Amino acid sequence: MLGQNEQNIKKRMEGRVAINKILMVLFGLATAVGLVFLVLLFYRVLTQGIGYLSLDYILNFPAPYPEEAGIYAGLIGSVFLMIIVAIVSVIIGVSTAIYLEEYAPKNKFTEFIRVNIQNLAGVPSIVFGLLGLTFFVYMFNFGYTLIAGGLTMALLILPVIVVAAQEAVRSVPAEIKEASYGMGASKWQTIARVILPAAIPGILTGAIIALSRAIGETAPLIIVGAATAIYTLPESLLAKYTAMPIQIYNWTGRPQEEWQYVAGAGIIVLLAVLLIMNSIAVLIRNKFQRRL
Amino acid sequence: MNGVMEEKTNKKVNQGSAKPEVNKEGIKKEKANNIIEVSDLNLWYGSDQALYEVSMDVPEKQVTAIIGPSGCGKSTFLKTLNRMVEMVPIVKTSGSIKYRDQEIFSNKYKEEYLRTKVGMVFQKPNPFPKSVYDNVAYGPRIHGIKKKEVLDQIVEKSLKGAAIWDELKDRLNENAYGLSGGQQQRVCIARALAVEPDVILMDEPTSALDPISTAKVEELVQELKEKYSIIIVTHNMQQAARISDKTAFFLNGELIEFADTDDLFQNPHDKRTEDYITGRFG
Repeated sequence: MLGQNEQNIKKRMEGRVAINKILMVLFGLATAVGLVFLVLLFYRVLTQGIGYLSLDYILNFPAPYPEEAGIYAGLIGSVFLMIIVAIVSVIIGVSTAIYLEEYAPKNKFTEFIRVNIQNLAGVPSIVFGLLGLTFFVYMFNFGYTLIAGGLTMALLILPVIVVAAQEAVRSVPAEIKEASYGMGASKWQTIARVILPAAIPGILTGAIIALSRAIGETAPLIIVGAATAIYTLPESLLAKYTAMPIQIYNWTGRPQEEWQYVAGAGIIVLLAVLLIMNSIAVLIRNKFQRRL
Repeated sequence: MNGVMEEKTNKKVNQGSAKPEVNKEGIKKEKANNIIEVSDLNLWYGSDQALYEVSMDVPEKQVTAIIGPSGCGKSTFLKTLNRMVEMVPIVKTSGSIKYRDQEIFSNKYKEEYLRTKVGMVFQKPNPFPKSVYDNVAYGPRIHGIKKKEVLDQIVEKSLKGAAIWDELKDRLNENAYGLSGGQQQRVCIARALAVEPDVILMDEPTSALDPISTAKVEELVQELKEKYSIIIVTHNMQQAARISDKTAFFLNGELIEFADTDDLFQNPHDKRTEDYITGRFG
């Protein structure tokens, strides 16, 4: 074989098998690094926060004393924010992806837009906060309100959603698109009946990742003026609001040790909401995948 | 060189379709029975020319086979007939293709309309990831048929037309991805029939199938030509000889010879055709 004698092949074989084993151990170690820190994080958060976590904590507004403080305003504020963000960013993001992938002429300008959207996905969130402050808070005169915060966050995750939806739309096999066009379907019919149903699992995955990022974002909300101590729920889009990360950030900044535990409890609630969101999205995704 | 070729090809076409005893009137009638008329078709992918001055009349309710080595432009030619080739954005064409005397390259002509009349079956079975029923009902639905009873009828008729109704009548709600390759391809044929086209283009429809499924599809093609005009691209010369009435031989983007299948295989007029069908290249 290839001019080598049997002995050489055997010798090389041992080396090849050994390299495979070494690499397997290295990859395993890399995985362990992530896992160890995740476990440490959970341990710290749980041991610090669990004592303050109770139904009262979830249903109480912030208070001057750690024992009475709760995350209710932040929890509901975050949920409202996410509803606005999800509606605005998914509709605009998916539409953009459809336009870029299916309608836009394939030229340098389209390519330029595509590259820039990908770059936007990497812009620091605080920059989006400044953008929101300039446009939504001052120019549109929304002030420090729920809608200003929601739209700012929607802009922040829009590039991520566009890129994910583009990938999902692009990965729909050309064969089934051709089948549709071959029967005289228009572009929109093909998009609505073939491309989107096939792309929805991918789009949802992207949307989940983006929303998970948004629910933990703090910096842009500070800039567009989320309140830190608030004793009512937002009653309209133009009401004041707060969000969980803002609340947690505020508590961790206080000197007394008890507040650290209150913050820890907040982090547990935030993680729980994140988990629920992801589970719902996975359920929806599985449902669609089974239907396909 | 091209011009000479052209003349020769046209002569062949006449030789092929007009039998000796047919009088002038007969020839006229024969001409009127061409469902697609291609003249001087050139096609470029960007700056690469893929088709050169192709002229060819496709007869109605017959099977026309297109043969030639890989890369000779036969699939490109086929996809030009329903303008699917234009899905590649850099494609440019010149010349004329008339479907029932209407110029399909004209600005007024809607490609969506053309494709309802000129259906297509692809090389690889490409069912939608939906149920058998939804696959076949797709075409009627996009053309606005919503009534369940009407759709039921169309689905049954189409599956019967594709000779797969008996195999699948109890499995209409199963996902088409779970069928065998041969069944998938016949569902795709049924799906094409459901739109009630005039012409069915088949792009190497059996190249991904086993011999038994291939035989079934070939048998089906014979039945379908009662109602439809079929143009089939095939890699397989035996297949062309078995199932087609007329055969066109393409080489390097040119139509070399187009004649009755028996004539072309037994008595090729062009040296290159002879070399190809006797297996000297390709």
